[in-house]
Amino acid sequence: MFGLFFLFPLYAMADFSTRNLIAGGRTWRAWANLFADQALYQAIVVSLLLAVFTVAAMLVLLVPTMIWVRLRAPWAKGLVEFMCLLPLTIPALVIVVGLRNVYLWVTYFLGESALTLTFVYVVIVLPFAYRAIDAALSAIDLQTLSEAARSLGAGWLTTITRVVVPNIWSGILSAAFISIAVVLGEFTIASLSGYETLQVQIVLIGKSDGPTSVAASLATLLFGFVLLLILSLVTRGRRNVGVTV
Amino acid sequence: MSVGTNGVGVQLDELTRVYGTTRALDGFTLHIEPGELVALLGPSGCGKTTALRILAGLDEATSGTVAVGGVDVSKVPANKRDMGMVFQAYSLFPHLTVLDNVAFGLKMRGKAKRDRLSRAADMLELVGLGELGGRYAKELSGGQQQRVALARALAIRPRVLLLDEPLSALDAKVRTQLRDEIRRVQLEVGTTTLFVTHDQEEALAVADRVGVMNEGRLEQLAAPADLYANPATPFVAEFVGLNNKVPATVSGGSASLLGVSVAALPGSVDGAGVAMVRPESVTVTADPAGASTVSSVSFLGAISRVHIMVPDGSTVSAQMASSAARGFAPGDPVTVGIEPRGVLVTRP
Repeated sequence: MFGLFFLFPLYAMADFSTRNLIAGGRTWRAWANLFADQALYQAIVVSLLLAVFTVAAMLVLLVPTMIWVRLRAPWAKGLVEFMCLLPLTIPALVIVVGLRNVYLWVTYFLGESALTLTFVYVVIVLPFAYRAIDAALSAIDLQTLSEAARSLGAGWLTTITRVVVPNIWSGILSAAFISIAVVLGEFTIASLSGYETLQVQIVLIGKSDGPTSVAASLATLLFGFVLLLILSLVTRGRRNVGVTV
Repeated sequence: MSVGTNGVGVQLDELTRVYGTTRALDGFTLHIEPGELVALLGPSGCGKTTALRILAGLDEATSGTVAVGGVDVSKVPANKRDMGMVFQAYSLFPHLTVLDNVAFGLKMRGKAKRDRLSRAADMLELVGLGELGGRYAKELSGGQQQRVALARALAIRPRVLLLDEPLSALDAKVRTQLRDEIRRVQLEVGTTTLFVTHDQEEALAVADRVGVMNEGRLEQLAAPADLYANPATPFVAEFVGLNNKVPATVSGGSASLLGVSVAALPGSVDGAGVAMVRPESVTVTADPAGASTVSSVSFLGAISRVHIMVPDGSTVSAQMASSAARGFAPGDPVTVGIEPRGVLVTRP
């Protein structure tokens, strides 16, 4: 019953996006438009790049910080957690208004590219990414593993990359995939900031070409499902597979 | 198979470690001879693990120096100290096989894959787990995990081997087996070793010398038999082995207690005091006219303890073979004596 409730809207979207509204019957025109429509194609590329950059920046920022805080500054854990969860409590509109002055400098140095949204998206995904990585770190004896690695001759970078990261890999994957889903679904900040991401394009196209707009939405949803499926398979696989030194 | 390393001397001098208002180490000094196994023994919070972690480079002393092989390593980071360590908690890397765990330290030293896997296999043979190289940590028992951790620590041919209560998470039988195994391996490889434990039996069984710690200081460092027979301080006497506290009077180097006179150990007070008497030093004789009475008998397997109420109303315990203890029952009148070995008499 739950599956039916969940799948029915997807079926309706698939049905609508393949319907020929003028001549009747079925057509793949709306799906072909995802690549033929230059503005939409460009928006898809921008959104995918934003997802990649956001995930990369988030991991580089968050993983070493969280490991360091747990090992060397446990007193700061509450503060870091509070700061990471803060974006959840601030409405997107307020974030846009708050970041306006900051982005004057960002655009001054880096230009008007929509990819500068990476900075704000890193902040937006922090609450979700923090939770996923924190749960993975809590599941291992970080202190003992890192001290064992160091006593065997590993420096801090080696300890993190060869010992800690492989053991929190499922948490890192979760954080990455959830972040991608958040970035691909974000509309408010991009729209209010005047950038043309996939979600903004979907809304724009929806005013003139309903089926293409719905096809783009469905493609985004399916992409998210595929990511979650991969996440599930990879994390299940890693429970039984080791890494050879 | 070459497993040996050349033992080096270790000098910890005047180490102090302060956490906020707590002094975990307070002028701690310990010198370990090359190839020697020293056990640090003491109650929880006495600073023994802090001393070991400072030697490993995992903690930093507030003051004092750490020298290994005559070279000051106080400022050398943990990963450059060449020390193998076995931790209290299971510390195998879960994502690596047993063989790869043991080879990890060698990889960090840039050894060729063939050499490191060969050395790792040798080390696993040394600890009797040669056939388990392909398994993961979660597929091993606690005792096996600690054996692998020992192999991993020895694989790098450490200058010093550090054992931080490696047996405390294991059950009694495995603990005894692995304890003997650690000693066998240590003698075979000849690595200078510091073994931290709160279990006196463990310390006395494996160590060349045992250091008893209290409140961040070393109370006494001596060979196990010497430490047991001649405790230097009341704390050592009380912490190592069971003790009866018997009223005594010291005069001219001899102590009078329970109606007999025995030598007072150096450090004893003059005049009235309390003597620390080992249960195995108490003799019990069945005597219908005896002034003391058996209050209970505790059966402990090969040995038993007979608890006796003496005329002054206090209770002393005597330890003897269970076959001898069968002759005593609660309520029996007995005569209590002390074997003529020295006792330490402290202030009441």
